Amino acid sequence: MMQRHDFELIASWIPERSRVLDLGCGDGVLLAGLAATHGVHGYGIEIDDANLLASVKNGVNVIQSDIEEGLAAFGEGAFDFVILSQTLQAMRNAERVLNEMLRVGREGIVTFPNFGYWRHRLDILGGHMPVSKTLPHAWWNTPNIHLCTVKDFEDLCRKVGAEILDERVIHEGKSIRVLPNLRGSLGIFRFRRP
Amino acid sequence: MAPKPDTRKPVGFFIAMNDAAPRSVGAVSPQRAGFLEPLILKAGKTLASYELVYETYGTLNAERSNAVLVCHALSGSHHVAGWYADDPRKLGWWDNLIGPGKPIDTDRFFVIGVNNIGGCHGSTGPGSIDRATGQPYGASFPLVTVEDWVVSQARLMDRLGIERLAAAIGGSLGGMQAMQWTLSFPERIGHALMVAAAARLSTQNIAFNDVARQAIVSDPDFHGGNFYAHKAIPARGLKLARMLGHITYLSEDLLMEKFGRVLKRDEYGFNYEVEFEIESYLRYQGDKFAQVFDANTYLLMTKALDYFDPAKEAGGDLAKALSPAKAGFFVASFKSDWRFPPERSREIVKALVATGKDVAYAEIDAPHGHDAFLLDNPHYHQLVAAYMDNVAHEVGAGERREPLALATGELEEMRGYAGRREGGG
Repeated sequence: MMQRHDFELIASWIPERSRVLDLGCGDGVLLAGLAATHGVHGYGIEIDDANLLASVKNGVNVIQSDIEEGLAAFGEGAFDFVILSQTLQAMRNAERVLNEMLRVGREGIVTFPNFGYWRHRLDILGGHMPVSKTLPHAWWNTPNIHLCTVKDFEDLCRKVGAEILDERVIHEGKSIRVLPNLRGSLGIFRFRRP
Repeated sequence: MAPKPDTRKPVGFFIAMNDAAPRSVGAVSPQRAGFLEPLILKAGKTLASYELVYETYGTLNAERSNAVLVCHALSGSHHVAGWYADDPRKLGWWDNLIGPGKPIDTDRFFVIGVNNIGGCHGSTGPGSIDRATGQPYGASFPLVTVEDWVVSQARLMDRLGIERLAAAIGGSLGGMQAMQWTLSFPERIGHALMVAAAARLSTQNIAFNDVARQAIVSDPDFHGGNFYAHKAIPARGLKLARMLGHITYLSEDLLMEKFGRVLKRDEYGFNYEVEFEIESYLRYQGDKFAQVFDANTYLLMTKALDYFDPAKEAGGDLAKALSPAKAGFFVASFKSDWRFPPERSREIVKALVATGKDVAYAEIDAPHGHDAFLLDNPHYHQLVAAYMDNVAHEVGAGERREPLALATGELEEMRGYAGRREGGG
């Protein structure tokens, strides 16, 4: 049911009956899947009308709201997990979003396209902004305004005082252990406020 | 085999009016239920007996699991969908939402619309005859609250053999009733859909309501609420109340777009006659309303709005107040609605999330203001349809027989302004 590679890993980290908040939940398939397989009780935040409708169709709790305006609707520590799946790179203020995740959740999970992936580096060397499976847009119409590498994200975690619990870099579903920041196209981090 | 003629399709006069419209529930007739069991009201008074007028559409299934209650707002009624055989122009106020193939699909749901106590469309209200005196109740009609309405609606459900509602839906004051259902009868309702509603009125809203009430009670024809005996109608007060309300139900942008500063004549007249189109429109709407609506009902409905505040008894803590609810919630607001703005809906959502309730919340981009809840908007209607499709699966009401039919187009919208004016508030 869950097709995206990061979803499988996220699902493996989340214990049964957890309380989950999915920021930028899209069509809600991650939450719907977690509810079906893990008995998770979750909420999704989504700003886009079409995605909101898709989430309602998938029967998930979805709240139309702008993540960037904060998570004021949610109390401190209200969730076991707060997930930000391939959305960080489109945030205007990624640092604030990360801080909000640490406030409302016991643990945070972030996945993002790794700008350090070798094909991206090659595109830049060739004189062009990268276009790939994880970064499918052209520079002039991309929603991705804050792209980063795996190493960059590690730095941001340090800056906001997040303790990294797990860090994976994958490519097409396979975990990359050797030179991950070069060979992996998708970074997946699990962290908490120590 | 020859295809069966579709008897539900609009016929005759109506089809000539709008043959592109989605199918309707067709000609309907109101029904009446009398209740002899006294209703003890929140205000402390007792209504010894009362009648409720209601309409139903669709068929109650064998499990009695597919009932959907539609709660009306300030000036609405039990006539929610379809039309009357002797008055085909009188379309139900939510006919664009409810019917075969529509978002609330009467092929699968049994839908009930009921006129609330205190109303003026047939249920017992201030204009009804008080059996104790043989005269209209008038000023002696007790104030009725949202909680009281919900109890009376539950009794009607008992009468219809419905133990549990699949859902209750309402806009504005109607949304408040849907919410109250989940608190008064948590075991008897599966889902509450609250559109352009609030968990309590803002100060500004109460202020608007009071200006409307003052307009009515200061009309010499009001006679302290006993105008029936004087064969009078406080039409001037009621007209003003409606004009004020009407402005607040629409967005500034919409008024600007529809009327602008257009004049009835070419030049200023430098007098106090009707000059701007908006003046003419508001007065027309006010006059029309004053002819058909009861002034005491207007007072009562606005008071019911003002009093509604489930958090009050929980020390102002809405989350605590909502904690008894077991229903799933659908909450929707409209960005241009400044009478019941998105902030009010967000308060509800925040409280629901704080207590771990299931909720879907949409903030809909519609230009019309508060009245958007009555008007055609494909995105809004698709959301209601999607939510109600899941409710249908949950209660075993099955799949849509036909693809979703959405009411769209200018004609529908214009009809919203011309004929469907009675749901607002």
